[in-house]
Amino acid sequence: MALDFDGVYRAEYGRCVATLTRLLGDIGLAEEAVQDAFAVAVQRWTELPPNPGAWIVTTARNRAIDRLRRESTRESRHVQAMLLHQPDEPVEVGPVRDDQLRLIFTCCHPALSPVARTALTLRLIGGLEVAEIARAYLVPEATVFQRITRAKKKIRDAGIAYRVPADADLPDRLASVLTVVYLVFNEGYASTSGELLRTDLCLEAVRLARALAELMPDEPEVLGLLALLLLTEARRPARVGPSGELLVLPEQDRSLWDRRLIAEGHELVRRCLRRDQPGPYQLQAAINAVHTDGPATDWTQVLALYDQLLAHTPTPIVALNRAVAVAEVHGPALALAAIDELDLPGYHLLPATRADLLSRLGRAEEAVTAYDEAIALATNDTERTFLRTRRARLAESQ
Amino acid sequence: MKQYLIAVQYDESAPPETGDELREQMARTGKVTDDMKAAGSWVFVGGLLPSHATTVVRPGNGTTTMTDGPFAETKEQLGGLWVVRCEDLDEALSWASKCALACRQPVEVRPFHDGSED
Repeated sequence: MALDFDGVYRAEYGRCVATLTRLLGDIGLAEEAVQDAFAVAVQRWTELPPNPGAWIVTTARNRAIDRLRRESTRESRHVQAMLLHQPDEPVEVGPVRDDQLRLIFTCCHPALSPVARTALTLRLIGGLEVAEIARAYLVPEATVFQRITRAKKKIRDAGIAYRVPADADLPDRLASVLTVVYLVFNEGYASTSGELLRTDLCLEAVRLARALAELMPDEPEVLGLLALLLLTEARRPARVGPSGELLVLPEQDRSLWDRRLIAEGHELVRRCLRRDQPGPYQLQAAINAVHTDGPATDWTQVLALYDQLLAHTPTPIVALNRAVAVAEVHGPALALAAIDELDLPGYHLLPATRADLLSRLGRAEEAVTAYDEAIALATNDTERTFLRTRRARLAESQ
Repeated sequence: MKQYLIAVQYDESAPPETGDELREQMARTGKVTDDMKAAGSWVFVGGLLPSHATTVVRPGNGTTTMTDGPFAETKEQLGGLWVVRCEDLDEALSWASKCALACRQPVEVRPFHDGSED
């Protein structure tokens, strides 16, 4: 069997760091130990061991013990060495997923800046390299490295606990975790730069959402987020055309949608409906459930759900998305009136939506101007190409 | 256990409180302090006079110079402080929330150096 070392690293890194963090009580040490162990594995493995994760954890733990012994001139190191000597804990079974959950909540602590939360989660839970995170967020590697280093230092110095928060704090903290997972997915689904899709980020976000749902099956917003990601992910294969061009919903070949993910997403949405505690992720999941239900979208239902979402989360982005549904149900004129008062500086989808509505109203000249505005603001090549094609088609028809 | 400073950032440019407002605020903050004492978290509490009473002493050439006024001329100044002893940041933050609500001012939470090596 071929030795897919990168695959093992991807799959096991986050889990191993989480387990070692529990054993060592220190994220930095845990990371170093796991990296050491992977370095040893590269040299020693000629074929995959039966349980690669357990191998890494055991090796990392032994390496950490050796290191702490060497350095155990300090009181705190003695304590850590003692911790590690607690005999024969079953390291690779049972609490592993809890360890990861604890680590997610630590990485997403509200005392850390939102950008640091995402970078740290991607690094520690997703096992992404600093360079990959830098590419995804269009910032220099040094910046990402600095953010992660600072965040880890703050976790240690400020005494941020490595645990899932108590019930009373859970809703607040959970919101932060869900936001990070959602952002990771979005970055994969509509990358800020370069190619449109970053499949690895999408899959990582889905995996994280699954882990959360498994651990907190009673939190409807967790199920809502998972459903939203599954239903969006299901449509990914149809989102770009043969030459990599962006395809909008009416142009997509629905036969390419992943039926298995859609079925799973629908089941989750039904579970949420039974609980009847709608939140923003559940509502967005419900909207996507309508899109993926049957041969065409029932826009009246979508609009009703957007009305609920807007009442719950009255942000200009939700209002803009709602306007798309308004156009389908009540026509482009009403939709245009609805977005005229929106203020979303720098957000290319506002002029892009205006351009589309104006062109449907036959106001081609104004539409071209709006497309120009959107093209200037779009940062992703695929989206820019999409907008340019639209603009060209419109200019031709004049 | 770690010690944390909970520092009240007081906006000195805001109109001064009336006597009643001040008494109510004192009652609210006093209650938080009592709760800290009951929970065994309290180490120290103190309110400060406004920054006009501040003097900065600077070292220089083996001697010192003195200037009138606070170190940083901003409208938010340190208004008072608590020191608490807590298990972790979350515990300190939950006290800080109570402090902020009682003072109706933002508070800054900062751990003390615990003497461990870096």
